[in-house]
Amino acid sequence: MSGPVLEMKDVVKFYGDKLVLDGVSFKVYRGETKIIIGASGSGKSTILKVAMALDRPDEGEVWIDGQEISSLTEEELVPVRQKIGMVFQESALFDSMTVRENVGYRLYETSVDDDEIDGRVRENLQFVGLEDAIDKYPSELSGGMKRRVALARAMISKPSIMLYDEPTAGLDPVTSRRINELIIALRDVQDVTGIFVTHRMRDAFTLASEYASNGTGAVTFHKESGVLCIANTRFLMLRDGKIIFEGPDEILRQSKDPYIKKFLA
Amino acid sequence: MPFTLKAAIKEVQDISLLAARALGSVFRRPYYVRDILLQMDQIGVGSLSVVILTGFFTGAVLALQTSKTLSTFGAKGLTGSLVAVSLVRELGPVLSSLMLAGRIGSGIASELGSMVVTEQINAMRALGTDPIKKLVVPRILASISMLPILTIVADGVGVIGGLVIAVQLLGLSSGLYLNSAWNSLSYMDLFGGLLKPLIFGFIVAIVGCHCGLRTYGGTQGVGRSTTQAVVAASILILVFDLFLTRIILAYTI
Repeated sequence: MSGPVLEMKDVVKFYGDKLVLDGVSFKVYRGETKIIIGASGSGKSTILKVAMALDRPDEGEVWIDGQEISSLTEEELVPVRQKIGMVFQESALFDSMTVRENVGYRLYETSVDDDEIDGRVRENLQFVGLEDAIDKYPSELSGGMKRRVALARAMISKPSIMLYDEPTAGLDPVTSRRINELIIALRDVQDVTGIFVTHRMRDAFTLASEYASNGTGAVTFHKESGVLCIANTRFLMLRDGKIIFEGPDEILRQSKDPYIKKFLA
Repeated sequence: MPFTLKAAIKEVQDISLLAARALGSVFRRPYYVRDILLQMDQIGVGSLSVVILTGFFTGAVLALQTSKTLSTFGAKGLTGSLVAVSLVRELGPVLSSLMLAGRIGSGIASELGSMVVTEQINAMRALGTDPIKKLVVPRILASISMLPILTIVADGVGVIGGLVIAVQLLGLSSGLYLNSAWNSLSYMDLFGGLLKPLIFGFIVAIVGCHCGLRTYGGTQGVGRSTTQAVVAASILILVFDLFLTRIILAYTI
C-alpha cells in the first residue's frame, strides 16, 4: 500500500481558551473515505478546516500527498488546495454569481479558455443532475440544489481529495440519498479520497455499507453483504476533540463503549 | 481599562497588517481589473447623487450664512471667495468622505461580513483565491480613485449652490461671485483638497474591509460590524483631517 494521501499527526487546536482538537492523529489512504462522527462541538468541522489549512493547528503536523502544509503561506497553499475540493456545511456559494460562475470559479481564476470552462461546468452539473440551473443564482435554488452545486464546484478541478462538511444536514431523505450516492460514486468510480463529517448516522452507514460500480456504463449502487466489507470506508469518532474510535462500521456497531453505544442508539 | 487599551492596540495592528498586505498585493498577479471597475462603478457612479445633493446644499447654506456676517463689514462681494475656499479646502473633502463612509463603508463591511458568516470567504480561500487580492484591493483602489473625483464634483456643485443663493437671494452678480471664488483659490488649496479625499478614501475602504472580515456571530455580527465601520471611519476621517490640515497649512504659508 502506498503512503497516506492525508495525514494528521498530534494536531492540537485552540479557539481562544477552548481546546477544540486534542492530539488528533489519523491517516487517509487513496480512494478511502473517512467518516468523522461525533456530537456538535466535538471538533469535526475543525479537522476539515485544518486539513484545508483554512485554520492552522497550534501544535502538530498536517501532511497532504507527502507535503507538510501547516506552515505554508497562503500563496504556497494554492497548488496544495488545487488537489482538494471542499463542500461546506451551508454550501457557501457566492451570492453574486450564477451557478455557472460558481461552479467554474476555479477555472475562471486560472484563465482557462471560456469554451473549455463551459464544457467542464456542464459536465459537472450533469453529474449532480443540475444542468438546467446553470444560469440561476443561488437565491433561486433550494437547499439540496445548493449542496449539489457546491459539490459540482468542489469537483471542477478534479481534486484527488474531497472534504464534505455535513453535506446532508437539514435536507430531506430523498435529497440526502441523492447526495450520498454522488459521494459514493466519486469514491468508487473516480477513486477520490474523502473525509465526510456528519452526525447523521443513517448517512454514515449508507456510505459505509453501499458501493457503486459502472460496469454496464451507467453507475449502479449495491449494498454490501453481511460478511463482505467492500465499501472503502472507515469511521473515526470524536469526543471533546479526542479520537475515541477508529475502524470499520462492523467494529463500530459492536463497540462496548457506553458513549459510542449511546451515540449509535 | 488595560483591556480596552490592549484591544485598541490590537485593532490598529490588525488594520495596519491588512493595509500592508493589501498594498503589497496591488502589483502582484492576478489583477482583478473587472472587480476594480465594478467597484469604481458602485462607489463612484453609485455615490454621485448623494455627493451632488450634499455639495449643492452645503454651498447654498454657506453662502447664506457667510453673507450675513460679511455684509456687516461691507464685504458681501467676498461671498464667492468664502464659499469656494471653505468647500475646496475643507467641506468638500470631509463631507464627501463622511457620506462615503456612511454609504460605501457600511456596504463594504456588511457585504464582507455576510461573506464571512456564510463561509464564502473560506470557500474562496479553499478555491485558491486570496480574499485580500480579490476583495480588499479592488475596494481600496476604487475608493481612492473615486473619492477625489467625487470631491471635485461636490466642490463644483457646491459653488453652483452658493451661486444660486448669491444671485437669487443676496442680489450679487454671477460674475462677481464666480470671479471672487476663482481668484481666492491657490494651487495649494487644490492640492490639499485632492490629497485629503485620497487618504480618506483609503480610510473608508480599509476600515470597511477590516470590520467586515473580522465579523463573527452571525447576522447580528454583520450589523455590529457595519455600525463599527461607519463610526470608526467617520472618526478617523475627522482626526486625520486635523493633522492633514495642519501639514498642508504649514506648507501653504
